[in-house]
Amino acid sequence: MIQVQQLVKRYNKAERNAVDGISFDVEAGEFFALLGPNGAGKTTTISVLTTTIAPTSGTATIDGLDIVREASAVRRTVGIIFQRPSLDKNLTGEENVRFHAVLYGVYPYAPSHGLMPAAYREQVAELAAIVGIGDEIFAPIRTYSGGMSRKLEIVRSLIHRPRVLFLDEPTSGLDSPSRRALWSYLERVRRESNTTILLTTHYLEEAEQADRICIIDHGRVVSYGTPAAIKADLVEEFVLIDTAERDALRAELAQLRLPYSGDGPFRVELDGRGTHAVLKSIDTPLNVVQTHMPTLEDAYLEIVGRTDA
Amino acid sequence: MHELSAVLAIAHRDVVKLLRDRTRMISDFVFPLIFIGVLGSSLQAGFGGATQFNILTFVFTGVLAQTLWQSSAMGVISLIEDRENDFSQEIFVSPISRYSILVGKVLGESLVALPQGFAILVFGLVIGVPLSLAAVLALVPVVLIITVFGGAFGVLVLSRLPNRRAATQIFPFIMLPQFFLAGVFNPIGELPPPLEIASRLAPMRYAVDFLRNAYYGIHPEVVEVPLAPIGMNLAIIGGLFAVFIAIGTALFVRAEQNR
Repeated sequence: MIQVQQLVKRYNKAERNAVDGISFDVEAGEFFALLGPNGAGKTTTISVLTTTIAPTSGTATIDGLDIVREASAVRRTVGIIFQRPSLDKNLTGEENVRFHAVLYGVYPYAPSHGLMPAAYREQVAELAAIVGIGDEIFAPIRTYSGGMSRKLEIVRSLIHRPRVLFLDEPTSGLDSPSRRALWSYLERVRRESNTTILLTTHYLEEAEQADRICIIDHGRVVSYGTPAAIKADLVEEFVLIDTAERDALRAELAQLRLPYSGDGPFRVELDGRGTHAVLKSIDTPLNVVQTHMPTLEDAYLEIVGRTDA
Repeated sequence: MHELSAVLAIAHRDVVKLLRDRTRMISDFVFPLIFIGVLGSSLQAGFGGATQFNILTFVFTGVLAQTLWQSSAMGVISLIEDRENDFSQEIFVSPISRYSILVGKVLGESLVALPQGFAILVFGLVIGVPLSLAAVLALVPVVLIITVFGGAFGVLVLSRLPNRRAATQIFPFIMLPQFFLAGVFNPIGELPPPLEIASRLAPMRYAVDFLRNAYYGIHPEVVEVPLAPIGMNLAIIGGLFAVFIAIGTALFVRAEQNR
């Protein structure tokens, strides 16, 4: 559904590339997360993919459409929820939605809600019900809370039935109940319409819900795969052991075919083996045992910290 | 059809915004009334009697054209505001042509300028500017053309502005000199050559002269007020409109994409 190859974006007068040659693929119907710290190049990537800024080099297609040569068709195919709310505060919720529907050519323009086609009114009512907006949809946006605004943006972004929905840090600035509610709405939307979702986030726990994650930092891909694969790839689980009789331990580790490194203390890779089983299999008396079992979060922070150096 | 619908939606949004913004509605009306009421009346009282020339009417026609032209120019520049409160993202990721966006904006701001023009006409009647029904009817198409022309100028200025702060700083420089170069309050029939050149370069001059042509064609003055024939004004306005829109849109779209 989305193919990105060697994408590069350098802003005018910038000294380094904001996006520095990233590549990834997203399957149809997939929930894909771009994870990375602030300034990693997530929003820039989304802006290029949604054709609002031109790439410096590299190619990308969405549903087979080239983002540069077929920009207009791409825009019709995608929906976006921006990092910062982009509702017109002078208009009501429904007016914002109507404006969007007309801009995307879904319905012809009419100056009031009542004059819009019945199909439009039904669709709005239906989407509003999914996200839990009632009559407030006819109230001015300036009376909306942050969570309500986000809900309305979801309604708006779905009105033209996009095949791909981009969400650029959609939960930033929301409290936890709103955040949780937002996820359940999105999950429902995805189930019911088979929409491909590309999410950017700097929260690991949000990315962990995704089918696949692409971790980027400084505009480059750091890790890429399913949450489980990334975890296996990134999280190094090992146990650090030492003994008074190092030669004996060395011989025993070799005999047990346990991969190890170091010359005392020894670092034994767990690779999925249980700590207890490993320790139990060693007969040499140990005087140091340290387990290293980081969470995915620790691993993520480590990676992000490492590339900062 | 889709593009036309989108143009109408963008224009409608501007009108709705005006109707919901009381402060702006009031300030839109107060300035022209001060110009005509205070400046026009005092000039008339000071010099009008001696010259047999109706200065009040002269200022009235000037301010009418200037207000309409400037109002729609500044309205279009409000796209900058949309950029700052992130609404422009919503417009710019939509599949409609960039030309439609700007055409919709020009149309909307022209519609927004119209009630202002109407209020000035009513005020003119109240303070005794000669205004027959024929003159009002003649002014209708003129007013429409001037607002659309002003909107096109707004597009050109907008395309070169990075943010709203720049807009508020630069606006006095591009608007105030034009008040005098276009002869809104002052006769510009006889200008020294450098000022004459500057005056001919000021787009507002043609809006003002165009309107005076239409007005004085029906209520002639003791001396010939318009500077150039109405056809000439119309041709220049048409040419400038095309140039402003084409260059302004191209620059604006490029600036949006190549940040």
